[in-house]
Amino acid sequence: MNIQEFLIPLLAAAVIAGTPILYAALGELITERAGIINLGVEGIMLVGAVSGFMAAVTTGNPWIGLLASMLAGGAVALIHAFLTITLRANQVVSGLALTIFGTGLSGYLGKAYIGIPVEKPFSPLPLGPLADIPFIGPIFFQQDALVYISYVLVVVIWYYMYHTRPGLNLRALGENPAAMDALGLNVFYLRYLYVVAGGTLGGVGGAYLSLAYAPSWLENMTAGRGWIAVALVIFALWNPWRALMGAYLFGGIDALGFRLQVLGIEMSPFFLKMLPYLFTVLILVFVVARHKGRLSTPGALGLSYDREER
Amino acid sequence: MNRLTFKLEKRLTPSPVMVFIIPLISVLLALLLGAIFLVLTGEKPLTIYLLMFEDSLGSKYGLTETMVKAIPLMLTSLGVSLAFKMKLWNIGAEGQLYMGAMGAAWLPLTFPTLPVYLMLPGMVVLGMIAGGLWALLTAIPRAIWKVNEIITTLMLNYVAILWVDYLVYGPWRDPKGSNFPITAPFAEAARLPGLGDSRIHAGLFFALALAVILAIVFKYSRWGYSINVIGSSERAARYAGMNIKRNILLVMFLSGAISGLAGMAEVSGIIGKLQHGISPGYGYTAIIVAWLSKLNPLAIIIVSVLFGALQVGGYAVQVEGVPAAVATMLQGSILFFVLGGEVLTNYRVKLFGQKGEELSK
Amino acid sequence: MNQALIQLQGIVKKFPGVLANDHVDLDINPGEIHAILGENGSGKSTLMSVLAGLYKPDGGKILVNGVEQKFRSPRDAIACGIGMVHQHFKLVEPFTVAENITLGEQGSSFLLANKELKASINELGKKYGLEINLNAKVWQLSVGEKQRVEIVRMLYRGSKVLILDEPTAVLTPQEAAELFENLRRMASTGCAVVVITHKLNEVEAIADRVTVLRLGKLAGVLEQGQINAKEMVRLMVGRVVASKYERDSSPVGEVVLELDKVKAFNDMGLPCLREMTLCVRAGEILGLAGVSGNGQREMAEVIAGLRRVESGKVLLNDQDISNLSPRRIIDLGVAYVPEDRLGMGLVPELNALENLILKNYHQPEYSGRWLLKSQAIERNAETLVKQYQVKISSLRQPVRVLSGGNLQKLLLAREISSSPKLMVVIYPARGLDIGATEAVHKLLLELKTRKTAILLISEDLEEIFKLADRVGVVFDGQLTGDFPIEQADLEEVGLLMTGSCSARKDDGR
Repeated sequence: MNIQEFLIPLLAAAVIAGTPILYAALGELITERAGIINLGVEGIMLVGAVSGFMAAVTTGNPWIGLLASMLAGGAVALIHAFLTITLRANQVVSGLALTIFGTGLSGYLGKAYIGIPVEKPFSPLPLGPLADIPFIGPIFFQQDALVYISYVLVVVIWYYMYHTRPGLNLRALGENPAAMDALGLNVFYLRYLYVVAGGTLGGVGGAYLSLAYAPSWLENMTAGRGWIAVALVIFALWNPWRALMGAYLFGGIDALGFRLQVLGIEMSPFFLKMLPYLFTVLILVFVVARHKGRLSTPGALGLSYDREER
Repeated sequence: MNRLTFKLEKRLTPSPVMVFIIPLISVLLALLLGAIFLVLTGEKPLTIYLLMFEDSLGSKYGLTETMVKAIPLMLTSLGVSLAFKMKLWNIGAEGQLYMGAMGAAWLPLTFPTLPVYLMLPGMVVLGMIAGGLWALLTAIPRAIWKVNEIITTLMLNYVAILWVDYLVYGPWRDPKGSNFPITAPFAEAARLPGLGDSRIHAGLFFALALAVILAIVFKYSRWGYSINVIGSSERAARYAGMNIKRNILLVMFLSGAISGLAGMAEVSGIIGKLQHGISPGYGYTAIIVAWLSKLNPLAIIIVSVLFGALQVGGYAVQVEGVPAAVATMLQGSILFFVLGGEVLTNYRVKLFGQKGEELSK
Repeated sequence: MNQALIQLQGIVKKFPGVLANDHVDLDINPGEIHAILGENGSGKSTLMSVLAGLYKPDGGKILVNGVEQKFRSPRDAIACGIGMVHQHFKLVEPFTVAENITLGEQGSSFLLANKELKASINELGKKYGLEINLNAKVWQLSVGEKQRVEIVRMLYRGSKVLILDEPTAVLTPQEAAELFENLRRMASTGCAVVVITHKLNEVEAIADRVTVLRLGKLAGVLEQGQINAKEMVRLMVGRVVASKYERDSSPVGEVVLELDKVKAFNDMGLPCLREMTLCVRAGEILGLAGVSGNGQREMAEVIAGLRRVESGKVLLNDQDISNLSPRRIIDLGVAYVPEDRLGMGLVPELNALENLILKNYHQPEYSGRWLLKSQAIERNAETLVKQYQVKISSLRQPVRVLSGGNLQKLLLAREISSSPKLMVVIYPARGLDIGATEAVHKLLLELKTRKTAILLISEDLEEIFKLADRVGVVFDGQLTGDFPIEQADLEEVGLLMTGSCSARKDDGR
């Protein structure tokens, strides 16, 4: 097998494996840019996965499933928003509660759907002439609709954040909410908006797993991807393009695991499965250590905002 | 037209009344929420709840099982609370438990003929060291470079579980075990003695003893005081001359060691071997228990029993076709309501009527 | 008749435990510079925050051009032409000046149209004579420049009433004069300028009218011609206040603290102390003047062992203490009262008992091998609270409920009671009312008589001139002036603070 025959399917698989993480990471990115940390991504993804699955199986239409996952993800994120923004609860613990609750809820709702197949999952849609470009074509343009949407999403988010006024406000929100408040912007409303938006994207990430990647429903099927997405946001330094690269890098590690045997490398399947997690830890340590703790973290991340706090 | 608005006003000092009422009301509200979900999926909440209660706290067998589940919860929660006191978010109790189990299991699997007075203490020590070292792996980057410990401890959970899987599917697998992912059963000397002939094992004593020790340490000791200060304000602690790095390493190690002890207690007291899936998520539930108990070691004991009951109840209702995940849902909801309720301890709610006048006191 | 541009009638504002504004009336006319004068705690900042829409009043009315307005948020106030420049700047540090100015703009384009934006801002700046570099990142600017950005931002929003909260707190005398020039220019175009201040000389220099607040109530309004220091103090405080302290003129002792060509970096990794050299003797107060941000805080941290000394030496009684651990340095007799009282000096969530033993809890007096000696700790707290007259309702309440003055007294109680050889204090009276300030100053003077060397770092020249035996000036990480108080000249010191004068050193060694 030559390098081309090995590399192209690997990279294509990397894109597929990275897409759910990308969606979740983009969602967490905008949430954190608004100054709120949401550690419930894992739970949100699971809720999105199960509701998307349930809706798609019931209606036979994966797009309805997608819609359901967005609503479910947003709704769950709304709980976190209410607790942390209005009730000023500890963001770390609230996020963890969300993960635990989401895991339980998805397990509970999904019990009846284990083993049931999806009639119409999201299947690959080759994009005509683009799909024929050598090398790049098969990797990026022979994917399913959700992958294509993710490409557009990265561009949209990037443009929004850096080239529009509301995007400027978003970036300022996470740095100095007091400044935004003094300038007359509604900090609470905006934070709610971005937390829920982030949850919506997290839900889509989960739906991708159950409606395209697998496609099926299994309890705890995210297997920590939500957490990897949270880590990814940090070492993407809160930038959407870097998030894209990071997500595909992870997808690559994931995909590589299965293919190592082809290269003649014998490794216990358990070590293969460990790779993404170990990798996350190593990269995180590397990136943070290199910046010596002076990361470009949004200044007010994780802190509740109280206008009348004296 | 009545337009009511409410405003949150910070209290000068937290309200002591609320500190007690909130957890109680939260549990009730969570049960209510759970009931709604049950109804929506066609179940009868009252029947389900009664069944859960009966099978967990209402019978001798149920009570035993509840305690059995509570013991690892107590230990992991105590370990987690120690880290949380210093604002070290140790989410890795699950992995530390697994590593502790593995570390402890190594002894009987390698030296099966050791006498009990060497075997059991040896397992305790190995289990605690293994759990402690696992936590230390994340503490070092945290201490030196301020790498976020939430993610690192969490990632290592997955690694630890996979590592144990590797061992029990591979080199440690019992050749006489019909290909199941289990090790050979431990010798009698490696088993923690039980209470009478019930399944409740000596791990309970570890938990109770540790709870008392931690309570004294937190409230009265020098070291407890410095942990308190560091957790409350790292800047002030540095200013006061306290050694933050050393304490991060020490606290995380001890936190992991206590969870490691939980792992040892599980495999030695209950399971009797090392196998796949020794914990149904005790390390994660521990976080809820610790937070609910406001990091108070004595409260942790009580709350652990409650959550143990929830767990047992969850398994019991599977008979009725309700997934055991309902227990996890309830646990998550309780935490939500406690979090939400905490606002009432720190803030006062003021109601304003239509014309802006203050209505409530 | 010229109607007042702004009328506040009977404003009431409450916070938990304190009535900040008690039925206060206020008129602001167009084209005037109106000073709001009061001690810290008089309610002046609160009142203006109500006007700027940050706080909702619990009672009273706001009238703009005769029409009653209800501000639900700063947005509404800005829409009415009221803009506030706060003491703590509301700027986003990593953004550029242009981005900060356009931040939160209402009703403008979705896209960031850069060129037109910059052109219109520059035009505005020229109109008022305010020069700013639109492409600079805010964190790179000096404090005076940041303030200018804030002002331009408000003007850009069409503010007709500009409120400035303690604007000269962070400026050198020369920068303050420049600011007043700009404010006069603005007033002449018809804007109303409101300056919140507690500095009498400022009011005399610039105000057309003064409203004085005391303890949340309106104490009086002085028109032009009635404005003089004595009247203002009488309204502010209600009694006569010492303007000079008794000076203890006993001879100073040996050199206690010596900095020898100390180099250090700040949090951004840039050099903040360059070859800093100074010395303080026993029983002497060395007052270091300087605009904040010139390395003062970092110098205090270097001495306390909280920041690395890259080169050079810090000597305590001839012993090299450079880069020793903070604990060692504390044990050697160095006390440090930081500017961040409630985040560094004291732990907000812990109570007085716990805070008072923060630095010596490990000593045999207060703890055995494992456990703390709670009786000794309690006795210690009771004694100190009484001795230093800290107003505190319970030793077991978290200290964050204490007022600024009592916090400082508590902090000083702990530091002074350790009988230090050297005391480093930064901005000791910042944010304190006249009574608390007096108390703090007296404590420092008393410490001086016990032969402690005191390094006093302050932006308040009045404070330095009242307390110091020697005056030094810190600029850009170096000591640019060092002379005995008798030879210190206010104008010269001010110039040295801006770096626009060559260093004069006369350290009398």
